[in-house]
Amino acid sequence: MDINSLTVESTRTAIREKQFTSIHLVEEFYKKIKAEDPAINAYLTLCEQRALEKAGRIDELAGNGDPLPPLAGVPMAIKDVMVIRGVRTTAGSKILENFVPPYDCTAVARMERAGAIVLGKTNCDEFAMGSSNENSAYGPVRNPRDRSRVPGGSSGGSAAVVAAGTAVAALGSDTGGSIRQPASFCGVVGLMPTYGRVSRYGLIAFASSLDHIGPLTSTVKDAAIVLQEIAGRDPQDSTSADVHVPRYEGEIGKPVKGLKLGVPKEYFGEGLDQEVRSAVEASIQQLAQDGCEIVPISLPHTSYAIPTYYVIATAETSANLARFDGVRYGYRSRQARTLSEMYRKTRDEGFGAEVKRRIMLGTYALSSGYYDAYYLKAQKVRTLLTRDFEQAFRQVDAIVTPTTPTAAFRLGEKTDDPLSMYLADIYTVVADLVGVPGISVPCGQTKSGLPIGLQILGKHFDESTVLRLGHAVEHARAV
Amino acid sequence: MSITEQDVTYVADLANLELTAEERSRLAKDLSSILEYISLLNELNTDDVPPMAQVSASFDSAGQSAAERSAAVQREDTPVPCLPHEAALQNAPVSNGDFFKVPKVIER
Repeated sequence: MDINSLTVESTRTAIREKQFTSIHLVEEFYKKIKAEDPAINAYLTLCEQRALEKAGRIDELAGNGDPLPPLAGVPMAIKDVMVIRGVRTTAGSKILENFVPPYDCTAVARMERAGAIVLGKTNCDEFAMGSSNENSAYGPVRNPRDRSRVPGGSSGGSAAVVAAGTAVAALGSDTGGSIRQPASFCGVVGLMPTYGRVSRYGLIAFASSLDHIGPLTSTVKDAAIVLQEIAGRDPQDSTSADVHVPRYEGEIGKPVKGLKLGVPKEYFGEGLDQEVRSAVEASIQQLAQDGCEIVPISLPHTSYAIPTYYVIATAETSANLARFDGVRYGYRSRQARTLSEMYRKTRDEGFGAEVKRRIMLGTYALSSGYYDAYYLKAQKVRTLLTRDFEQAFRQVDAIVTPTTPTAAFRLGEKTDDPLSMYLADIYTVVADLVGVPGISVPCGQTKSGLPIGLQILGKHFDESTVLRLGHAVEHARAV
Repeated sequence: MSITEQDVTYVADLANLELTAEERSRLAKDLSSILEYISLLNELNTDDVPPMAQVSASFDSAGQSAAERSAAVQREDTPVPCLPHEAALQNAPVSNGDFFKVPKVIER
């Protein structure tokens, strides 16, 4: 059995056709993980016993000739910010080193109900805050395509396992680019659905008005298959939308002829690497040959997206991370004698540098005398960014851009300069602020062999068009 | 915008973060440069622009009125079992079996 080239699609077929058993497949994956993952550091926790039990149940169903659930036996990895009952969940933080959640994240539960097998939890930047996976308390993840480079972040582990073939697919989370940017750096597909499309119940909150869950996969069709299972209203998350969920797989292979594609000039200016530009422009040319109409557009407030994001995301961080107080779960400092000392020391010892930086920035932006100047101002600019997109989507069906300004950078290259790290998300943050869906699809590589990603953004709840176009880009490269 | 170590101490207090002297000076420097970058936003006149707190509020594509949206986010008020006592306490750093234990709250 060659497990290296398995997709969600081919795995479910192989299990259904009894080419191999689910247990055998899971065992093969753990062999590969144990041999190869120590050099990559993408897994933080493996749940082998649990996975084998679930695989056994799939094999039992198959043996009895009972109908199998849609993703029966597909081995998956879950970013360690989504809770699973009984499986350690750290969020990449020391403060949750020994946290064993008492309940399940809805998106994960839905994958498991569909028959997917969770192999383990993947490494990430602490509380999903970072663009390189170097902010994990458990060491950085290395990019499987070039181990001297970062896999991107914050879902670096989830992108790396798909790239390395140590899971068939993974779930990640995206608050400012954390699914699409690592997908681009590792040469895999990463889909951020519309805000509200997928429940966040059981996702450890970073910035609630920006957090999304979505798939990282090796093909666009796989992303469609996974999205199908996790999409839809969840009574446990009041921000999950009660909007019809179409059949996403049906979009794969549909012609793209006649679709209008916006190419925003602001995404092709200063700072864009020449090789990335060439690959992205070549892909856009290909889409034009497939019959898409290319429309030059402007998203005039683009340069304000990063400053807006770092006010809003950090303000929400400061509120969300107030819950880590050493009382109900997680780490508690042993140095403290009073309650207030306990809070302060627990948080200082438990959080890493970037998390503290963001809590401080957010607390400052919300503090008396600065609220209007920073937080309210940023919320108003968020409206302007949204209007940019409303305007654009009156003219076009989707927007295409590079996912990132450069290919994967080296480990340590940006760790001393938080601002330069923040700018790695310059093309991805806007979609989070505006709430539109976006995908990153591999569209080429640099001369030195590093993957390059193309980003496609769609209208609210129009993942269908995004997936259809993503598949067209992928298909053009394959032929 | 220049942040002093005194500002850092004040904000750290609000955020319940004990910081070392080294962390304070590093944060004063980092926050100053990040806030300077954020001040780019002041180039924009936003006098007549409403603030946006949530994406969901602007979903036109869902085709729902405000009342429908509000009804959609509410669920039936049906009692369901909550987390058992034991499960809720299982991750507590210190508990006495019935309650979370914390250091003395009132100091004399």
